Amino acid sequence: MSAGAARVLPGFPLALGYTLVYLSLIVLVPLSAVFLKSATQGWESFWVAISTPRVVASYQLTYGVSLLAAAINAVFGLIFAWVLVRYTFPGKRIVDALVDLPFALPTAVAGIALTAIYAGNGWLGQWLQPLGIKVAFTPLGILVALIFIGLPFVVRTVQPVLEDLSTELEEAAASLGADRWQTFHRVVLPPVLPALLTGFALAFARAVGEYGSVIFIAGNVPMVSEITPLLIITKLEQFDYPGATAIAAVMLVTSFILLFMINGLQAWANRSHGGG
Amino acid sequence: MSIHVENIAKRFGRFVALDHVTLDFPTGELVGLLGPSGCGKTTLLRIIAGLESADGGQVLLDGENASDAHVRERQVGFVFQHYALFRHMTVFDNVAFGLRVKPRGQRPAADRIRQRVAELLDLVQLSALANRYPTQLSGGQRQRIALARALAVEPRVLLLDEPFGALDAKVRKELRRWLRTLHDALHITSIFVTHDQEEALEVSDRVVVMNHGHVEQVDAPEQVYEHPATPFVYDFLGAVNLFHGRVHGHHLHVGADHLPVGQHSFATGAEALGCVRPHELEIATDPSEPAGIEARVERVLSFGSTSRVELTGADRDVRRYYEVELSRERIAGLQLAAGQVVRLKPVRVRLFASSQAVEASV
Repeated sequence: MSAGAARVLPGFPLALGYTLVYLSLIVLVPLSAVFLKSATQGWESFWVAISTPRVVASYQLTYGVSLLAAAINAVFGLIFAWVLVRYTFPGKRIVDALVDLPFALPTAVAGIALTAIYAGNGWLGQWLQPLGIKVAFTPLGILVALIFIGLPFVVRTVQPVLEDLSTELEEAAASLGADRWQTFHRVVLPPVLPALLTGFALAFARAVGEYGSVIFIAGNVPMVSEITPLLIITKLEQFDYPGATAIAAVMLVTSFILLFMINGLQAWANRSHGGG
Repeated sequence: MSIHVENIAKRFGRFVALDHVTLDFPTGELVGLLGPSGCGKTTLLRIIAGLESADGGQVLLDGENASDAHVRERQVGFVFQHYALFRHMTVFDNVAFGLRVKPRGQRPAADRIRQRVAELLDLVQLSALANRYPTQLSGGQRQRIALARALAVEPRVLLLDEPFGALDAKVRKELRRWLRTLHDALHITSIFVTHDQEEALEVSDRVVVMNHGHVEQVDAPEQVYEHPATPFVYDFLGAVNLFHGRVHGHHLHVGADHLPVGQHSFATGAEALGCVRPHELEIATDPSEPAGIEARVERVLSFGSTSRVELTGADRDVRRYYEVELSRERIAGLQLAAGQVVRLKPVRVRLFASSQAVEASV
């Protein structure tokens, strides 16, 4: 191989070297510290730390609610992006700007605001309470918070792709006799699907790591509404560093596997719908 | 199937796209909708298809009022300027789309679909490309696939919106001829929109010339070219020399000069506009000649089968600009030089009342 001889883009060795060093410093070194620290304890105490019922319940809660929130965001984020791209209405630019608010708002503020609204005596809570629906201090509250912080990820990844999708495609489908549903799932969805999966993955990843907004609204009842990141913090506050890093290591591996799977799904969607 | 549009009006905000247009498209004809951009031709086509709704008026398909029918129900084939192919589907799947989305009861069996798609790909001469994706095709191939896709559902009418607008000149010419032969074979009522006069004249059975939301003329291509109904049509369908003046007897007085105009129905002293095609002007090199317009030769362009002479007013008034087309032999005989003052004598002049102002088309 005549490396570099025929390369048009300059600076490949430098750029790659820089990327690797940066990635190592910012991502890989801290992450390996997590594994090293958790390995300082014996295998037995590691296993105990990560498998007590309280911790297992928190895994289920964190991943279950995060997946559900990301799925709900995928559906409604798509509709949201659709409305922003396809229609003009008064105040559209304001709505468009509001989408980014969950990005910018300190998550603790979001958590307090949501709690105030959904608590038993809050604006919405006081109407939901008589119906037997408790939002604040339950897993449902966590779901609400995670939907809130995840929405912009889906909207912002899907929006540009929808903008590129000419309305003529939908008109062509309609002129060929396709009804609305057929037009949506045969013509619109396939080209949007890779971006939608990216948005889903981002919203999911964000939800798994979310801490600030959740702890206010969750109520943090052990076995019911306690998320894994909170357990890690609790352990840190008790100076149980090996225990905290053990749980962190589990989260890391699980998240990595899940994201890897979503990436695989995305590659498949690209291959089967991207069209050469 | 025949199409009849009655009194169609459409506005976009304050812009009048269609001003009460009434037109007939008889069964089996290929009609060209011709006009400059913004004249409403595409809007009219989209209203016929049901992709746009009219503010007033009716669309009658086969005598039935289809104004409220959804585009799905109108059974029209629509071909877009930018093809609108589904890029995540193969050529085969694109063409099969219309058959596969039919309601379960009417949907053909899978092997019937395969057979039908194969026939259509044969018809557009692209059978070899069935498994390619649209991005792997050239523009001309894509448009032919788009046409095959539209034909798959056996539409009652075929509507083409600037079908060759995005293609280069050579492919365009080829596809024009191909579309004409295809229409001769299928005889499906078709309307195609274009701003290219050559394309409209070459392909259509009849041409509808539109301007500013009005229909200016509906005629056979030769008629439209040889006997334009308005100065606009004259100007839009090829180059034209304009002479503003007053009618006196059998002459049009233009400034100090006068042109013989033959028979006409204008009153003496009426203001009129004379239209003369470049090939209908003669050049007389003797400036003492009494009839004709004085002009100064600017440039002589000799290429192709004919030569073009560009002239301005004799007083170097650049606002007056004339164009004359002559055979190469004739040019050689005249021995024109730049700056030379000559007289232009029309073989044929068409007079229009001055109120029918010519709108610039280019």
